[in-house]
Amino acid sequence: MSSLTTSPKRRSDLTIGRIGLYAFLISAALFFLLPLFVMLLTSVKPMEEIRNGNLLAFPNVFTLQPWVKAWTQACTGLKCEGIQVGFWNSWFILIPSVILSIAAGALNGYALSFWKIRGAEILFAILMLGAFVPYQVYIFPLVQITSKLGLFNTLPGIVVVHTIFGLPVMTLLFRNFYVSVPRDLFSAARVDGCGFLRIFWSVMLPMSTPIIVVAAILQTTGIWNDFILGLVFAGRENWPMTVQLNNVINSTQGEREYNVQMAATILTALVPMLVYFLSGRYFVRGIAAGAVKG
Amino acid sequence: MPNISIENLNIKFGAVTVLDGLNLAIADREFMVLLGPSGCGKSTLLNTVAGLIDANDGRILIDGTDVITLEPKDRGLAMVFQSYALYPQMSVRGNLGFGLKVAGLPKAEIEKRVSDAADLLQIRPLLDRKPGALSGGQRQRVAIGRALVRQTKIFLFDEPLSNLDAQLRAELRLEIKRLHQRLKTTVIYVTHDQIEALTLADRIAVMKDRIIQQLGTPEEIYERPANRFVASFVGSPAMTFLPATLVSSDGRISAKIGEVDVPLENYPFKAPPQDGMQVELGIRPEQSSLGEGPYLAKVEMVEPMGADTLVWSKLGDCSLSTRVGADTKIIPGETVPLGFVTDKISLFSKDTGLRL
Ligand SMILES: Nc1ncnc2c1ncn2[C@@H]1O[C@H](COP(=O)(O)OP(=O)(O)OP(=O)(O)O)[C@@H](O)[C@H]1O
Ligand SMILES: [Mg+2]
Repeated sequence: MSSLTTSPKRRSDLTIGRIGLYAFLISAALFFLLPLFVMLLTSVKPMEEIRNGNLLAFPNVFTLQPWVKAWTQACTGLKCEGIQVGFWNSWFILIPSVILSIAAGALNGYALSFWKIRGAEILFAILMLGAFVPYQVYIFPLVQITSKLGLFNTLPGIVVVHTIFGLPVMTLLFRNFYVSVPRDLFSAARVDGCGFLRIFWSVMLPMSTPIIVVAAILQTTGIWNDFILGLVFAGRENWPMTVQLNNVINSTQGEREYNVQMAATILTALVPMLVYFLSGRYFVRGIAAGAVKG
Repeated sequence: MPNISIENLNIKFGAVTVLDGLNLAIADREFMVLLGPSGCGKSTLLNTVAGLIDANDGRILIDGTDVITLEPKDRGLAMVFQSYALYPQMSVRGNLGFGLKVAGLPKAEIEKRVSDAADLLQIRPLLDRKPGALSGGQRQRVAIGRALVRQTKIFLFDEPLSNLDAQLRAELRLEIKRLHQRLKTTVIYVTHDQIEALTLADRIAVMKDRIIQQLGTPEEIYERPANRFVASFVGSPAMTFLPATLVSSDGRISAKIGEVDVPLENYPFKAPPQDGMQVELGIRPEQSSLGEGPYLAKVEMVEPMGADTLVWSKLGDCSLSTRVGADTKIIPGETVPLGFVTDKISLFSKDTGLRL
């Protein structure tokens, strides 16, 4: 009786195994957090302290000047307008790319799960191939195609490229979600008079929130962190923050301003980091939901 | 008014043939039940009528018009699914009105129809809830309501009650029957529950192995099953089968069950029977009687079922069940006289399983 009603007793004593586990977890955390800590410290020290001091020492003089400089004055090549130019560029690339790639992936996944399309299996196999072949392979052909279409070195160009590269994984994600949706629901919508797009819009999309969140997180971090596609396809005017950061760090004349570089780096990493912190729980839940159902 | 005619319907999934040259005509306002074991193709047939599955061959006529190329929405029918299939993100009101909204009906008209259906099905208090917050019986009512509001002349039901508990099933069964009497629509109703079939149907089509085994009124199906499968599938408690040999001498026909000889003078044979033929006597519990009759049976077991009692007894080597009044005093182990209602029982050929 009591074994049914009382919750299992918590083990409070530290066994060797537990100590080992904690030791491993703490050292793993340190391994990843220490560099971030050093970067943060460095970014709020004046240069003389960095030149003379210890990497791990706390600053004697605390300054936000490097952050201001990184944001507004750091040189990214010929211009010295700071990393903020790249920040806004990244958003201009990110927003349409995320929306378009998710929309295309969801529509693809829906079509592949519910409609009998001739050659659907082959289409899907090709898409999956696309997900696993290293994407560098496609860069040169895509350069030619986009320049033929007049999209090379333009904002729409880089958005199209991101959408194309996002398609395989987005399609897979949504297909796996939709195959777990009961087919009767689709049939009911058809009897109710809906066509291809109406079923997608009114029935399927409203129940896709968890998977859309997962897709948005994957795409946001992926596209924000992208360097090579932005560098190749966006054009100098639209270079994303990652490319600008690289320029800040490489285009130093005279003394290397470590504190400004660290601040710029942290600023660049801020968006994906925020996404993870704010959505971590959702992310795990969405992945789990997909895993259990699909 | 809508009659439905299914002609030579062929459906294959890859190499598997599910329906093979199926013919079925459903009259206007008829309540047609498709009855059969799991996997016999009932849902496939219903979905094909609805336009959700493409036929490989054959025609489906509604009111004389071939609808095989029409989209589901253009066939003038509504459907209730086994899994309810309610839209999870819409309220009950939204679920009911969705089809009408898609069809572009004016708001006031939608509101009125939804409200009428909600009253008819007694789901008005649930209108603003989501399907997730409803019980199974309530969900099924909403699913029926969603079909009702479209005011079509044809309703398709795919095992609408099979996910409900016994009591709720009986309740909703009655409600569906009442609805049909009131709305007078043509209905095709799929089930594997023979009680549902017997209670609801105007006619029943018993399906198995890709074909319709028997098509008839509930009485016909119950009283004169066309073959051994229909006989065993319909009826609860089930029919018992006694293997026997036909003996014909001087124009007198009887069935020999071991040592026992059962005269069959008043059995309505379809064709003159042959001497020595191997047959099975199919006897429903109410087609034998205990306490009087020419044979002796040894009582094995007594099952009281409330209104009446089922008695299992042994005649020679064979067991059979008999329905007796609940107040009959019978004790296992005693030997009692047994008789058959020989004009009501069924006779099946041992070889073909067909009714003689
Ligand atoms: N999409 C499909 N692909 C291949 N085979 C199928 C498909 N749908 C149904 N079948 C097969 O067709 C047969 C009939 O299926 P159907 O769903 O019509 O049976 P049912 O009579 O409705 O059974 P139940 O009472 O279990 O619902 C089954 O043997 C099933 O395996
Ligand atoms: Mg079925």
